[in-house]
Amino acid sequence: MARTRSPLSLAQRDTLLALGMVMPAILYITLLLGIPIILAVVYSLNDVTTGGTAMRYIGLENFTALLDTPDFMRAIGNTFNITLSTLVGVLVLGTIQAELLMRPVRGKWLIRFLILLPWTAPASLSAIAWLWMLDSTFSPIDWMLRGMGLLGHPGALFGDFDNTFWLGRSGLALFSIILVNIWRLLPLGTVIILAGLNGVPRDIVEQAQIDGAGYFRRLFQVILPMLIPVFGVTILFTFVFVFTDIATVFILTRGGPANATQVLPTLAFFTGVQGGSLGRGAATALFLLPVLAAVSILTLSLIRRREI
Amino acid sequence: MTNEPTMQAGPARARHPARRGGLYLATALFVVFSALPFYVMLITTFKTQADIFTPTANPFWFSGPPTLDNLRLLFEQTLFVQWLWNTLLVGVAVVAITLVLAVPAAYGLARIAGGWGETLGIGIFLSYLVPPTLLFIPFSKVIAFLGLQNSLWALVVAYPTFTVPFCTWLLMGFFKGIPRDIEEQAMIDGHDRWSAFLHVVLPLALPGLMTVVVFAFTLSSSEFIYALAFVTHSADKTISIAVPTELIRGDVYHWGPLLAGALIASIPIAVLYTFFIDQLVAGLTAVARD
Repeated sequence: MARTRSPLSLAQRDTLLALGMVMPAILYITLLLGIPIILAVVYSLNDVTTGGTAMRYIGLENFTALLDTPDFMRAIGNTFNITLSTLVGVLVLGTIQAELLMRPVRGKWLIRFLILLPWTAPASLSAIAWLWMLDSTFSPIDWMLRGMGLLGHPGALFGDFDNTFWLGRSGLALFSIILVNIWRLLPLGTVIILAGLNGVPRDIVEQAQIDGAGYFRRLFQVILPMLIPVFGVTILFTFVFVFTDIATVFILTRGGPANATQVLPTLAFFTGVQGGSLGRGAATALFLLPVLAAVSILTLSLIRRREI
Repeated sequence: MTNEPTMQAGPARARHPARRGGLYLATALFVVFSALPFYVMLITTFKTQADIFTPTANPFWFSGPPTLDNLRLLFEQTLFVQWLWNTLLVGVAVVAITLVLAVPAAYGLARIAGGWGETLGIGIFLSYLVPPTLLFIPFSKVIAFLGLQNSLWALVVAYPTFTVPFCTWLLMGFFKGIPRDIEEQAMIDGHDRWSAFLHVVLPLALPGLMTVVVFAFTLSSSEFIYALAFVTHSADKTISIAVPTELIRGDVYHWGPLLAGALIASIPIAVLYTFFIDQLVAGLTAVARD
C-alpha cells in the first residue's frame, strides 16, 4: 500500500473512494437505461420503421393516432381492469393466506415451497401450465366440472357444451388472465404481508386482548393499521409487475379473442416488434410511464412519510 | 402440556379441534390453488400420447402405464439441453457483472457516502421500477447498434440494467447491518479503507453476496421480454422464451414435451428462489422503513 502523504483530508479521500466505487454502476445504469428512454421518446415523436433508416418528425401524431384507435383504447381499459382486479385479489387473499401461515402447522417447509411456486417459477413457463389447464378441449378444470355435473348437459351451470372455452370467449378470457395474475402474484403479496405481521409488536396485540378486544376487533383496529406501510409495498410491486407484464397475455391469448385481452405491453410488442412500426410501438409503451411514475411516487411518499 | 410451543399467537385457540380442522382445510385450499398446475404438469410429463389426448381420461392421474417418451422426445428431438446451457451461460455472466458493479456501489453508498448516499440509493432503487416493457423497442436498436442482435451477449448486456439496481439496494441493507466498529478496528490495525472492505467487510457480508448471486441468476433466467425481442434464432434462445416459442409451433401443441420442459426448467429456479425469498422481502419492504 502506498502510504504517500496525501494533500487531501481523510474525509475528502473517503468521498473520492465512494465516488469511485459508485460510478461504474451509475454509469452502466444511466447509459443503458437512459439511452433507451431517450430513444423511446424520440421514436414516439417520429415516423420510424424497422426496415428503413429514415426518420420523419411528426410531433404528437403517433399519440393522437393511437387515441383514435379502438384497439388501443380497449388495451388501456384492459390493462387497468386486469391490474386493479389483480391488486384487489392479491391484497384480500394475501392477507388471509398470511394470517393462515402465521399459525403452527405440520410440514410448514413443504407448504411454504408449494405456496411460493407460482411466484418462484418463471412466469413464461408457469403460463404454459395454465395454457393446458384452460385448454379448449383437454382442460383439466373442465374435466372436473363435467365430473361434478356442472358442465356438458342442458341446464348445467357452465353451459351445455363439453368445454368452457376459458380462453376463447371474451369475458371468460379476461377473467382467466386476471385469475392467472392473482395466482402468480399471491405468493409475493403473502410473504410481504407476512413480514409485516411478524413485525407487529406482540405486547400491543396482547394488551388489546386483555382490554377485551375480540379477534376481528384486534385484526381491524390494531393489526391492520400497523400494516399500512406493508400494504403500500404490496400495492407498489403488484401494480408495477402486473401493469407491465407481457408474458401472461402473450402466452395465454396473444391478446385475443378479438383484442378482448389485449394490454398495452402486448400491443406495443405486436406493433413495434412484429409489426415493425417502432414509433407507434414506442408511443404505446410510453403511455405506461406517467401511470407508473404517479403510482410509484404516490405509494412511496405515503409509506415513507409515516415513519419519519 | 409442558413441552407445547408457546411462542405462537393464541395457541389455546388453535388447539381447539374444530378450529384446527378449519385451519388445515383453509391451508389445504391455498396449497391446492398454488400447486395444482405444477402437479398436473408433473403427471402429464409421464403420460402417454394416447392418455394425454383423450378428453375423458383423468388429467390428474394415469389412465395407462407411465412412460418416459415425452422426456426422450424433449431431450433428443429438441434443443432443450442447448437452451438450458444458454440460460446457464447468460445467468453466470450476468451474476459476474452484477457482483462487480453492485458490491462496490452498495458499500460506497451505505458506508462511505454521507447523506447523498441514501438519496442516490433510493434513486438506484427507483430505476429498478423502470420496466423492460417500456424500453425493449428502443433497446433492440441499441443492441443492433452494438452488433449483438441474435446473440446471447445481447442478454448479458441488457440484464444487469435490472439486476444491478435491485442487488445494489439489497446489499446496501446488508452493509448497514455490519457494525462500524469492526472496520474501524481493522483500519486502526493498519488496513486502509479499501483493504478493510476487501478483507474484513466482504467476508462478513457473505450471506448478502449469496443472496445477490441467487437473485441475479433467477431474475435473468426468468426474464421474458428482452429475450423475446432480441433473440430469434432457435439455437440462441434461453429457456424462458424457447419453451413457449419453440415447442409451440402454430396450432400444433406437443403437450407432453411442452409441459415436461416447462416443469423441468421451473423447479431448480423455484428451489433456489425459495431459499432466499426472505432476503428479497426484507429488501422490498426496506423502502417503507428507512
